[in-house]
Amino acid sequence: MKKLDYERPILNKVNAGMPDKFGMKTKTATLSHIEEHSVHDILKEFGSPVYVISEPCIRKTYRTAHKAFSTRYPRVQFAWSYKTNYMNAVCKIFHSEGAWAEVVSGFEYSKAIENGISGDQIIFNGPEKSKEDLERAITDGAMIHLDSLDEFYFLGELAQKLDKKANVALRINLDAGIYPRWDRFGFNLENGEAWHALNRIMLHEHMELVGLHTHMGTYITAVSAYAIAAGKLADMAVRLQRKFNHSIKYLDLGGGFATKNTLKGAYLPGADTCPSFDDYAEALTSALLGSELPPDKLPLLLLETGRALIDEAGYALGSVLANKRLVDGRRATVIDIGVNMLFTAFWYAHEVMPTKLNSEQTENTTIYGPLCMNIDIIREAIQFPLLQKGDAIVIPRIGAYNMTQWMQFIKLRPPVLLIDEDRKIHVIRKKESFQEFNAQENVPKHLK
Amino acid sequence: MKLKRNVAVSENGFLFNPETGDSFIVNPIAKEILNYLKEGYDIEKINQLILDRYEVDLVTLEKNMEDFLKMLQHNELLDR
Ligand SMILES: Cc1ncc(COP(=O)(O)O)c(C=O)c1O
Repeated sequence: MKKLDYERPILNKVNAGMPDKFGMKTKTATLSHIEEHSVHDILKEFGSPVYVISEPCIRKTYRTAHKAFSTRYPRVQFAWSYKTNYMNAVCKIFHSEGAWAEVVSGFEYSKAIENGISGDQIIFNGPEKSKEDLERAITDGAMIHLDSLDEFYFLGELAQKLDKKANVALRINLDAGIYPRWDRFGFNLENGEAWHALNRIMLHEHMELVGLHTHMGTYITAVSAYAIAAGKLADMAVRLQRKFNHSIKYLDLGGGFATKNTLKGAYLPGADTCPSFDDYAEALTSALLGSELPPDKLPLLLLETGRALIDEAGYALGSVLANKRLVDGRRATVIDIGVNMLFTAFWYAHEVMPTKLNSEQTENTTIYGPLCMNIDIIREAIQFPLLQKGDAIVIPRIGAYNMTQWMQFIKLRPPVLLIDEDRKIHVIRKKESFQEFNAQENVPKHLK
Repeated sequence: MKLKRNVAVSENGFLFNPETGDSFIVNPIAKEILNYLKEGYDIEKINQLILDRYEVDLVTLEKNMEDFLKMLQHNELLDR
């Protein structure tokens, strides 16, 4: 006789609370395959945990975003924000779609060059640019985005010594009606600081003002903010034209588009609240086209979109390590994916999906990572099905920031896989090895 | 280990504890175990009955059983 499917016995207390007025579904979604590959087979072949990136998804997302803007504004250029995910294979996919590079350090700059991007297609942002970084950027003709007056003086000196003209843009922070206001980067618009700096640049012999830039923040769900910012930058460009008869080449509206991930503490799931690329594009380009910018000399619209282009394409695959019962009766499930490889768990309530369900039963569960530290929590409270040790889980939408902000704490970083358009799997970053890692260290003679 | 006499388990897995006023929902396998407990079967016997009927190994079952009994205890559903 065939035996019945087993699931562990559970006892769920009925809480006579207010029913959710949105009638949100509590059904757990499962994910057994990624781009036609079974999650089980991937874990069996490459070990657990592992990151998986979908090339078809990256290309599809990029094309959707590009189309949303280029059908509304004649001159659009994306620059891949390296810090979001600088796996070379990922960068190369974006570059092959036509994206330039946006970098914020000498390290990222070197990566962009290695990935075949020429200096004049590199946007160099960020508060830290060393002497060597700036000299290289001046020589390459990169777009150097100034962050402070100190940097203005420093760059001026270096350009003069090299007897070259540096391509310069100004990073501007402004009030676009959203909170928090990132005023620590660049020059403020409302208090006149930005205009003052622009005048200095215009009068500098060794600087060529090529663009105006703002990056207002990240995960901005208010599309109106982009309309306000675009309007303000356009006005600034018109003012420059009037005073100096100088046409700037581009307006760079930065990144910041939201993704379908749900922010911690949000009442509605991100999938329901995230504006589409069309929504952002409509607001932003309407403001540009409605501005005083001369229609025959519209500047290039640059976008440094990060998370919205890559989040969806990344998955973390892992396994259940243990089930426990907390003192207050809550279920705790420990998985082998911790905040070391899922830094975004600090601000997202990531979805955690089993690969299959034996029943619809769930328990109120806290999901912990494997690290020996108290803050290693993937989900504080989630209605979660009854998984057993060894069962596979998938965390979707993790392509942004996790493969750059990952930390090496008590264990080494897992491998990163790419599934290409023919559904072939490639290891694009090897699992770190103890030997390689330890070789970085040096023990002084007297301690040997 | 026995379920409190006045705890009622309904056909569709609904559980009511009149002492505390708490209600619970259990899955079918838990309902089966609760009924065995009500009958006064010991844990060893219950484990054997479950093993005979379900696709599960003894180690997994014992772990899950221990956890389930802890939850019954925690919610004051067992006789001392
Ligand atoms: C200057 C700059 N541009 C672009 C980005 C990408 O932002 P996002 O991932 O929110 O699109 C960032 C991220 O912090 C940034 O600092």
